[in-house]
Amino acid sequence: MPEKTVQQPLMRDELLPPSRARRRHLISIADLGRPDIERLLGLARTFATSLDRDVKKLPTLRGRTVVSMFYEPSTRTSTSFELAAKRLSADVMSIRASGSSADKGESLKDTALTLGAYDPDIVVIRHTSIGAPDVVARHVDAHVVNAGDGKRQHPTQALLDLFTIDEEFGGVDGIHVAIVGDVLHSRVARSNIQALVLMGAHVTLVGPPTLIPRGIEALGCEVSHDINAIRDADVVYVLRMQRERMEAGANFVPSLREYTARWGVSAERLTKGQRVMHPGPMNRGVEITPDVADAAESLIQRQVRSGLVVRMAVLYDLVTGGPVSAVAPATIREVA
Amino acid sequence: MALATGSAGLWCKPTEAVDIVVAGARVVDPLEGLDEVLDVTVEGGVITSLEQARAPRPRLLVTPGFVDPHVHLRAPGREDEEDLASGTAAAAAGGYCAILAMPNTDPVVDSAAVLGALIDDAKTNAQIPVGFFASITRDLAGEELSDMVELAECGAVGFTDDGRPVRSAGLMRRALQYSGAAGRSLSLHEEEPTLASGGHMHEGAVSAELGIGGWPSIAESVMVERDVALAQYESRPLHFMHLSAQESVDALRRARELGVEASGEVSPHHLCLTDEAVRSLDTNLKMNPPLGAEADRQALLEGVRDGTIEAIATDHAPHALHEKELPFEEAPFGVTGLETAFSVLYSRLVMTGALGLGVLIERMTSGPARIFGLAPPRIAVGQPANLTLIDVERQWVVGEDGFRSRSANSWLIGEELTGCIVMTIADGRLAYAA
Repeated sequence: MPEKTVQQPLMRDELLPPSRARRRHLISIADLGRPDIERLLGLARTFATSLDRDVKKLPTLRGRTVVSMFYEPSTRTSTSFELAAKRLSADVMSIRASGSSADKGESLKDTALTLGAYDPDIVVIRHTSIGAPDVVARHVDAHVVNAGDGKRQHPTQALLDLFTIDEEFGGVDGIHVAIVGDVLHSRVARSNIQALVLMGAHVTLVGPPTLIPRGIEALGCEVSHDINAIRDADVVYVLRMQRERMEAGANFVPSLREYTARWGVSAERLTKGQRVMHPGPMNRGVEITPDVADAAESLIQRQVRSGLVVRMAVLYDLVTGGPVSAVAPATIREVA
Repeated sequence: MALATGSAGLWCKPTEAVDIVVAGARVVDPLEGLDEVLDVTVEGGVITSLEQARAPRPRLLVTPGFVDPHVHLRAPGREDEEDLASGTAAAAAGGYCAILAMPNTDPVVDSAAVLGALIDDAKTNAQIPVGFFASITRDLAGEELSDMVELAECGAVGFTDDGRPVRSAGLMRRALQYSGAAGRSLSLHEEEPTLASGGHMHEGAVSAELGIGGWPSIAESVMVERDVALAQYESRPLHFMHLSAQESVDALRRARELGVEASGEVSPHHLCLTDEAVRSLDTNLKMNPPLGAEADRQALLEGVRDGTIEAIATDHAPHALHEKELPFEEAPFGVTGLETAFSVLYSRLVMTGALGLGVLIERMTSGPARIFGLAPPRIAVGQPANLTLIDVERQWVVGEDGFRSRSANSWLIGEELTGCIVMTIADGRLAYAA
């Protein structure tokens, strides 16, 4: 009779996810329904009016702790989250680090466990790795907000873009948005396509074939490789073209010059009344000409302002378990 | 060893031959054309009689012992993840009576010294017979051939650079030619590296949505096509490991129609899952080759049904927990599978009517044995007892009682499966009893 086991077997508790009270997170637009987005935008509108007051601080999250972990360089997203939390009177702790969890001495799991010891109410995380917010959500008993994970998602960017379009056009339904540039490497594009389609917008992706991922049409958008396809759009949404994608040998596009000449957004390629958006930071003279960036039709500065109120809405909504809206709050993603 | 042919060997620690009567079981052996309720008597490790059962036990199924031609035992080098004792114990618990181990260890099995040490290890520690592949190229570097004739004489069952493709077509041709002198065939991991580069999952709508680097299915099939052409030119046999793409199944089917002596295997996960599962970002769904689209899964199933794919192989690939507990793109490829293969295929494919029980058993027993020149396990009087006993009604939760494997990176943790291995007799020895 052979031994039944050759070594001590792992216990079930170590293998199965721990059972814990479920927390609401904002990790992907794919986890939201239209009522969730409407609720968050409505809340953001309420906070927008508070920005016009002399004293801009609200006591709503007093005594709450927001930890913000940025593993990637960021100016607008990190400051926007930090200010949003402070406007709501939360205590904010910011951690900046570089590099992926794999090449660091400490794993993301261990960092998360360390932070968890401070009992944060909310963890805001930006990370180079897809799924990093999910890892944190598994190990920390806090609401997790994804501030950008690799090429996957940047849900608060999509929400602030919806807020901006809604404010400008009085609604998102039926608006035609052309998203131009490097969709393949863009978490902004992925989140925005999902959010815009969910809210009834018509989305066309425009860019070189090498930078439009195969199969992306399944999200309900159209694809064109001709820059003239932007002419029918109400909004031309320009993506940041990362210079490293255009280095010799990467072969996504033959050269910067070739890209700008074929897909750069310039005044001549726009039609009257079109609005231009960009998630920043811009490469002026590459994906967008400086005159377009600074023109009156540009909503780019408005996007930054929207970011603040939308992030206030997200933080508030997560902590309070849903506002006065009748919509069940549980539909924001739950991770056990 | 009873399963061995030529000098290709299988090794196992010596234990006492078993005497047992398995009464009233449904006995299914496609090779023998057998599907009857019988009493099976084993004396001294040999099947001595098969008689009509007096008292049927409807839950009990007896099949020939399973043969897995694709297992990573991680020894030498990563004994924290698996070793011969734990890996063969896991195999026995999964109903296997023989397994073949991959050579991508540290050091690589590319010399008689490393192979000899493994064989000695197996003679002391293997719970069931185990055979060993040696590498096609030294240190899997894809540059120089390993000493194939010496390795074959020492007992290597075949050659493979599993985990990596043989990138150079010229070297692949030389390997095909020279392996003939060794009397062994090549088993190929097909992955065109420039197409697969940066890929962490199947390229398609799901990778587009998640933003995870896509790995196009043609990264596999263009290499299958290349090597079919080389094998045809050189009139040499070839085995394609862990096929995942529709295009590859089509290429293999065409090759066989042309008379090329090519065979293929597929893993349980590629038969049961698609890239949709990766949405969970569970790193236990990250494998090489990646999970394909539904059309790929259907093509693989059809390949198994029509015999284009002759073997089901687990590609059991243990990984340490802390290495899998990383974000998806940073985690290593590979999942375990020995302890769940039959149960998951039975639950998800046989019970749903997607695959016949006889076909499943054939592809897990005589199919793989034939490819590698091993004597197929048979349920017949006078044959050594290689038997798997299964309770086809018992339901169990994967991971609930731990694993016999030293690693727990199973894609089925927490899943309830129907059909449970209750006993394994390997080469006349009792290897496992629940």
